Amino acid sequence: MNLAESFRIALRALNANKARSILTMLGVVIGVAAVILLVGIGTGVQDEITGQVEGLGSNLLFIVPGQYGGSMGGDQAPPSRRFTIEDSDLLARRVPGVDAVVPVLQAGSTIKRGNRSVRVVVAAANEQGGEVFSGTLEGGRGYRKSEVQAAARVVAIGSTVRETLFPGQDPVGKVVTLEGQRFTVVGYYESMGGGLAGDQDSQVYIPITTAQRVFNLNYINTIVVKATDPARIEVVKADLRRVLTPRYGEEFTVFTQEQTLGLLSDLLGTLTYMLAGIAGISLLVGGIGIMNIMLVSVSERTREIGIRKAVGARTYDILSQFVIEAVGLSVLGGIIGISIGWGGAVLMAKFTPVPTNVTPWAVATAFFFAAGVGVFFGVYPAWKASQLDPIVALRYE
Amino acid sequence: MPEATGAASRIVLETRDVGKQYKLDGVEVNALRGVSIAIRSGEMVSIMGPSGSGKSTLMHIVGLLDRPTTGQVILEGDDISNLSPNQLAELRNRYIGFVFQSFNLLARTSAQANVELPLVYAGVSGADRARRATDALERVGLGNRMGHFSSQLSGGQQQRVAIARALVNNPSIVLADEPTGNLDSRSGIEVMAMLQELNAQGITVVLVTHDDRIARHAERVIRVFDGRVQAEEIVGNRVLAAQELASLPAGEVAG
Ligand SMILES: Nc1ncnc2c1ncn2[C@@H]1O[C@H](COP(=O)(O)OP(=O)(O)OP(=O)(O)O)[C@@H](O)[C@H]1O
Ligand SMILES: [Mg+2]
Repeated sequence: MNLAESFRIALRALNANKARSILTMLGVVIGVAAVILLVGIGTGVQDEITGQVEGLGSNLLFIVPGQYGGSMGGDQAPPSRRFTIEDSDLLARRVPGVDAVVPVLQAGSTIKRGNRSVRVVVAAANEQGGEVFSGTLEGGRGYRKSEVQAAARVVAIGSTVRETLFPGQDPVGKVVTLEGQRFTVVGYYESMGGGLAGDQDSQVYIPITTAQRVFNLNYINTIVVKATDPARIEVVKADLRRVLTPRYGEEFTVFTQEQTLGLLSDLLGTLTYMLAGIAGISLLVGGIGIMNIMLVSVSERTREIGIRKAVGARTYDILSQFVIEAVGLSVLGGIIGISIGWGGAVLMAKFTPVPTNVTPWAVATAFFFAAGVGVFFGVYPAWKASQLDPIVALRYE
Repeated sequence: MPEATGAASRIVLETRDVGKQYKLDGVEVNALRGVSIAIRSGEMVSIMGPSGSGKSTLMHIVGLLDRPTTGQVILEGDDISNLSPNQLAELRNRYIGFVFQSFNLLARTSAQANVELPLVYAGVSGADRARRATDALERVGLGNRMGHFSSQLSGGQQQRVAIARALVNNPSIVLADEPTGNLDSRSGIEVMAMLQELNAQGITVVLVTHDDRIARHAERVIRVFDGRVQAEEIVGNRVLAAQELASLPAGEVAG
């Protein structure tokens, strides 16, 4: 008997038990759909975040206090000494080949106007902040050098902030309250769309000197340096180290864009695998469902197996018939699961802020995994069927 | 031992001192205790005995569905004692056709597909298979029921589908175990008429029954009692089912 014949027999059997076949398949459908959707989300988020980081330009360097190893986790020392604005100024004076040196301080706060208020992330920098933040001004202006020097209470706001505090109005020139201080709005930004990488529409931008004063801090979080020539980034990095070492020893780390991306994709990659693993467990459960049903089916069809053997079916014929049945269930379930998962991912990208990306690699893996589940969980029941003694099978009631 | 048919006909199937023991909860049951029989080509033989005498056990052994505990089974001159299950399956497929009391057709499967089953495992290709199955079904008078499922056929019709299935691969021998046991008397007579007609066409038939009257449809009766052959006799006044059928009040014609 050839394989095509086994296929026909298996399909006929699945068709004869439609309701049961569908229910059995459901386990695999859900498992595969979950794998596709969750991996799609993981990949989508990863793409978006790395895209955003890349969008900043490949010539950025980030200096943070503390020592960081080459990889995520593990040997990180807590920052012992933090940077100050003076460090940033020193670097600006002493390191050649840079377009901008930007001290950055970030803090959470609430911004108010009248009885309206909204939670925001305050991103503070000097007048060169625009070089390293990715937003685009929609109206008004950013703060000026003189305002940074004077620690003026001026603010540029993200689109969510504007919509909440100034629905349908031009905010420029209006006054808001931040940390109990009155700030004048000088500009507002275009919506960047809600990303998972931190909602930039809920940020507000103020001069770093002002931020230190209102939050009562004398340090800054990070210094971001923009090199003039991306090709000379390693030279700039060495210069930055040379200037900072006398002050901080080894207690600081300079990341290039490339390293930051590496760290990010390590982290996000791990996240994606975790999601895939969780979804994989449901696929495994689906496989056990197939095995369960196949075992039931074998004992229910003992007589059929006896009849087939009586008229000449060999071990292999029965084995292949039942394996194909199990694989048929799982492959069909896999195809339906892929369609549902893919459809879900597309809809999710369209109607929610969660970005998704279903890669051919994920689809292929899910498909072959589903087929593998069918083989793995189908072989044992099929083997049991094939080993039945014909006379015992015929006598079975 | 007198020969019923031509003395020259060869032995198709033979058992030599076959014994079969079952162990049930540690107790040994001797279903067969040294049975030697020979079936010749073209014969119609009955194996007759009371319930529990070992008829079915013997039929399963000569049909290669089961193995004897002792003794040998010789099919077409070859001892099959040491063959693997797969080799036995191939021999069953090639040489033996079965008709069971309970029909043993595949449920939710058309008559045509049921009859094709032995050909599927014989590796016969689709078109050839369909043609031969059609021929076999026409031979048993069911040419107009090929697409029907077993559940849509009467008992007599189901048994005739089973006979067509037994015939379709041109076996050396057809083994029928109580083929009329689940049928009303008229359908039973029809099935017997069918088997006699096939035998007349040259097919070897072994009929297993506890019923003396059914047994006398054959040319020769082997009487089995308590796992042994008690007697063998030539049937003097053979029952001819076709005549019986003609003498019955005209019922609806089957088929
Ligand atoms: N699988 C088995 N396990 C144990 N004992 C068995 C088994 N099959 C048959 N026997 C025993 O072997 C003996 C012969 O059984 P068998 O089925 O051959 O009888 P039979 O002549 O066909 O009877 P019937 O006319 O009722 O069909 C019986 O005593 C039966 O109980
Ligand atoms: Mg019996």
